[in-house]
Amino acid sequence: MEKLVGRSLVSITDYSKEEILHILDLAEDFERNQRQRLLDNYVVSSLFFEPSTRTRLSFESAVQYMGGSIIGFASADTSSVRKGESLKDTILTVSCYSDLIVMRNPMDGSARYASEVSPVPIINAGDGANQHPTQCLLDLYSIRKTQGSLDNIHIAMIGDLKYGRTVHSLVQALTLFGATFHFVSPESLKMPSSVKTTIKNAGLEYHQYTDIMDIMPIADILYMTRIQGERFPDPMEYEKVKNSYILDNKMLSSSKDTMRVLHPLPRVNEISEDVDDNPKAYYFQQAKNGVYVRQALIAAILGLK
Amino acid sequence: MDSNKRKELKVSAIRNGTVIDHIPSGKSFQVIKILNLKTDKNQIYFGTGLDSKKFGKKGIIKISDKYFADEEISKIALVAPSATLIEITDYEVTKKEKVSLPDKVEKIVKCFNPKCVTNIQEVSTKFNVISDHKGEMKLACHYCEKTMGKENIEFF
Repeated sequence: MEKLVGRSLVSITDYSKEEILHILDLAEDFERNQRQRLLDNYVVSSLFFEPSTRTRLSFESAVQYMGGSIIGFASADTSSVRKGESLKDTILTVSCYSDLIVMRNPMDGSARYASEVSPVPIINAGDGANQHPTQCLLDLYSIRKTQGSLDNIHIAMIGDLKYGRTVHSLVQALTLFGATFHFVSPESLKMPSSVKTTIKNAGLEYHQYTDIMDIMPIADILYMTRIQGERFPDPMEYEKVKNSYILDNKMLSSSKDTMRVLHPLPRVNEISEDVDDNPKAYYFQQAKNGVYVRQALIAAILGLK
Repeated sequence: MDSNKRKELKVSAIRNGTVIDHIPSGKSFQVIKILNLKTDKNQIYFGTGLDSKKFGKKGIIKISDKYFADEEISKIALVAPSATLIEITDYEVTKKEKVSLPDKVEKIVKCFNPKCVTNIQEVSTKFNVISDHKGEMKLACHYCEKTMGKENIEFF
């Protein structure tokens, strides 16, 4: 797809429905045949201004499965940022050394800014609390793979829906495919009204619950998120709700056979380890899908597929 | 009656310059502030709490020998969306129009999100002017994608 060549990916809303589906189709191809040496003599920069395990390693793995070289840093401490270099200068310099830049940065909006100053395309690997579009693409890939299609699914999102950037992006993307949304959260961590407005404007439905069991028989996908204690203004309130959003194996008995549990990881205790062996647990496969999706994205942006 | 009216015009009419009329009551001082009129050398007349058929109470500001650029008009529109801008040349009205909110607001407003790149690096701010589900004006930051309402608007 020519339209993707040379274009940065900052936010999932930068892509149309067709462009998203094109990336997912390419990712399927990489799942069938992962070792395709498309990146011979290509250099990709991986600039991680803050720590990350999954995202950084899966990008690096994606590049290396395709035979490319990767340069960069895994924390701001080992870069010139420590000497006070501006983001603009770092990007302009690094763009001299590579064909593509993958960047995670703690400043909200840093990826959009980097994409405006950079002569080479930028892939946003997370800009503060703002966007993380490759997580969204791998979530979509995992949903399509387990449900056969992205159209008209019932998705239940559980936990911290107020601050979790992955659930916000996923809602935005799924409105393109006609989903029905089921939000389960404590009162103080409900989905923000701006996200709910997006759903209404798309002519779709959402429902809100506080009890996780209410959505168990309905959901095609259970998208679990971590509830962080520090998000609660009142520690007492956290103590009250913290165990209500822990998923264990018994709770899954009333769910559909085809239902799958997703989680962006890392998990702390919101999914008991006894769920891991249930065939409905899909979160580690979901992390693996991240490599195929990132291979697809890099290949598409560099015009190699 | 007629002589009173003439007298009022004599005091407040300006030969050349701009009149900002229909400022919502209580917003006149804010308009003066955002336009930096306090330090202006031009002659300025202003009134607040004036009777208005349309608004009940209104404010008005008249500035001699000054015309405003689009950037300044955008500022007025953000603070006083109901205002009318009247340009005067040689006592004649040469232009009269309601200020209108632009689609984009650049460089004049700070982002309210302290973690936004525009508050940490030297990056000019850029906002899209949108309205929420209640029809209220909001500014959506082009960079951090957060939206802020009127209450959070702070000018540079």
